[in-house]
Amino acid sequence: MTMTATRIFTEWRDKSLDDALLECRDMVEAPDFETARRWREAGGKIAGHFQVYFPEEIVHAAGMLPFKVRGAPLEANQADSHFGSYLCSILKTSLELALSDVVEMDLFISHPICDAARNLAAIWGRNVDYPSQILYLPQNPNSSGSIDYLTHEYDRIRRVVEEVSGRTITDEDLQNSIAVFNENRRLMRELYEIKRDTPWLIAAEDAYALVALAGMVPREEHNELLTELLPKIRERDNKPEDRIRVVFEGGFCEQPPFDLIRMLGRTVYVVDDDFLIGLRWITEDVPVDGDPLGNLATAYIEHSSYSPVQHDLRKPKEEMLKQRISDAGADAAILAAAKMCEPGLEEQVAYTHSLDDAEISYFLSEFEENMSSFDQLELQVATFVEHLLFA
Amino acid sequence: MTTLDTTHDLVGRGNREGAAMFREWFEELDNTAKTGGQSAYVFVMGSINEILKTFDLPVVFPEINSLQTAVRHVAHEYLEEAENYGYSPDICGYVKADVGTQLRGGEHPMAQIPKPSLTVLTNACNTYIKWAEIWERMYGTPTFTIDIPGTRQAGKQTWQGDRDFEADRKYVEVQLRELITLCEEVTGKKFDIDKFREVLGYANTMSRSWKRILELNNAKPSLFSALTDGTIFLGVANGFRGTEEGAQYFERVVEEMEYKAANGIGQTIDEKYRLLFVGVPCYPIFRRFNELFTEWGGTFVNSTYLWFASGGTNRGFEYDLKDPVASLAEGVLVSVRDAMDSMFHQNEVLEDMANDFDVDGIIYHPIKSCRTVSTGLADGRKHMTEKLGIPSLFIESDMMDRRVVSEAQMKNRIDAFFEGLESRRQQTLSDGKG
Repeated sequence: MTMTATRIFTEWRDKSLDDALLECRDMVEAPDFETARRWREAGGKIAGHFQVYFPEEIVHAAGMLPFKVRGAPLEANQADSHFGSYLCSILKTSLELALSDVVEMDLFISHPICDAARNLAAIWGRNVDYPSQILYLPQNPNSSGSIDYLTHEYDRIRRVVEEVSGRTITDEDLQNSIAVFNENRRLMRELYEIKRDTPWLIAAEDAYALVALAGMVPREEHNELLTELLPKIRERDNKPEDRIRVVFEGGFCEQPPFDLIRMLGRTVYVVDDDFLIGLRWITEDVPVDGDPLGNLATAYIEHSSYSPVQHDLRKPKEEMLKQRISDAGADAAILAAAKMCEPGLEEQVAYTHSLDDAEISYFLSEFEENMSSFDQLELQVATFVEHLLFA
Repeated sequence: MTTLDTTHDLVGRGNREGAAMFREWFEELDNTAKTGGQSAYVFVMGSINEILKTFDLPVVFPEINSLQTAVRHVAHEYLEEAENYGYSPDICGYVKADVGTQLRGGEHPMAQIPKPSLTVLTNACNTYIKWAEIWERMYGTPTFTIDIPGTRQAGKQTWQGDRDFEADRKYVEVQLRELITLCEEVTGKKFDIDKFREVLGYANTMSRSWKRILELNNAKPSLFSALTDGTIFLGVANGFRGTEEGAQYFERVVEEMEYKAANGIGQTIDEKYRLLFVGVPCYPIFRRFNELFTEWGGTFVNSTYLWFASGGTNRGFEYDLKDPVASLAEGVLVSVRDAMDSMFHQNEVLEDMANDFDVDGIIYHPIKSCRTVSTGLADGRKHMTEKLGIPSLFIESDMMDRRVVSEAQMKNRIDAFFEGLESRRQQTLSDGKG
């Protein structure tokens, strides 16, 4: 059965831009992940992939829905007893999605992004009746063996997905999927150009919702959404306001609450960020011709973004952050970390020392996906902004 | 020599000699620091000592340095120093104690710690990677990650001959060869394949002996405490891997344990309850933590710690000296993967241990500092209890930070656990009589 024509998020269609964006926000904010349910009702299979990066093309090529597991704004009622203390929230709420059948999956894949995430695959596997795997993305991308290794690892995942989907994945299938995702990468880059060049045209939370939907609907559908809305966003006649431009850093795994992003959007222009960076990890088009898995592996190693969970001697994180700030013409950075996130909290130290040396202002904060009160934080951000505007 | 003399000479010899070797190792590091010699920073789960010792590089284990600050009750000073520098209270205490050590210019209770000429790490713990980045920034010296693919799904390990295993092994081998080249650059020495074979031979002796020592402890009564004595053995296993002294030491420990087994000589207390330990010891109250169990006659007969903190030496993998680099790649792959399995998929390991060692209970000790070891323990315990029905205790504290170690609360929980074990045993006895 082919699922490429299936559409599972149609509420935005035939609506004004503002109403379409409202539908997007509502879909992303809702804790019930309605698109996943619709996909299954249409007869589709789902591969859940945990943060940060996953080569979704492989799952897409099998006609399955690659679903970004990124936690959820819900109480981990069932999952809580499976964990001890001192752990980040995203682990618990992600498992809750599975235990409570909010998102019914056929395959779950985690990555060695951190010590908690590696444990998650094993925990998940003990509690569900479908395969739970780790995709071992290379932690030594500087080795001359890393691309060959990753190509083989992707081939291994191809075999796993074939078994789960019951469908052979040909090179042609993969090449077609790469083309679909290339189009998506182009559209995502365009969305970020709008954020960077004309941030007054799109609110921070709207841009976030548009990105997050990529992890919830088939990419063809997401391409249709962005193709329709981006020109309309560009045509808005919003006027620039006197706001400071900031880069938000710290959204690579657990996501800040939607209301926190909304609060920031009221106060500053978020001109670049690492929200859901895995969905935008590959920074250039992946060649469609040739060995598709080799091309995907090469793109991961050679043409990719950065995050605290990938060590690459060519990409010192603090230098990459300063480059991001510079490229975005930002005045300052918001350095956030999810509570109990070891890599995020460790990176904050390097970031702060480096930005101090470069005399770049920053606002330091921790967040949790389930936090619900932002009054204090909003006051602190406002004070930070005033300091920058009037210092 | 009489049996009494032999007993006097042999029993406890491993602890005495291990402690002496440990001091000598730190004296060497102190000398290296003071003379400005080269050293390599490495970690316990995959130190790659086999290559580093071929280049005569002294090895520094910052994890061991850090735990020593806790055992010596000064960890809080180092933690505070790192937290003042910006590190959160919620991240690994080992990292922070090391940052404190580095910020103090290497000042440590056991020795002056030399600066790294080279850092070698594996991905067995992700925090290793973040930790090494700190030294990269502090010193700008080379860092090399040996990336070792782990088990992809519980029970689905691949082995020699499988195409997926071969891809992993090849990747590890490429990296080891790159590391050899880097060592040549850093030390200015040419790689000596004959010396490498010699080092591998010593490592083989150690691996064979380590496996044997762990097996011997299924004796009744058990021969050594996996928690306290085992930690001494671990120190030597890490610091002296690939050396003649290390190989000889472990042969002598095997001799000691075989003697104890043959003569029914157990630990220093009467063993009433045989326990498994899962997690990392509570170093801030190391001695007292153990006493909370031994006071009830509880002995630790094995632990996942002796598996993962030895980098999987428990597998007893022996290198093929005819094809040394390829064989090292295979050995590192299966051993470090095994170390990771004993953290991420420890139920399979524990089930075997519980059967082989006839245990009465399992003690889970998740710690705030270490998500590698701790994240899966609550769920693992839940499933172990359902499957085996062995009594278990779950106590959270830390391996470094005394602020999250509550001895009184711990004692209450441990006492209640043993009361439950006693009651269970009484019930079994009276059921038997009835």
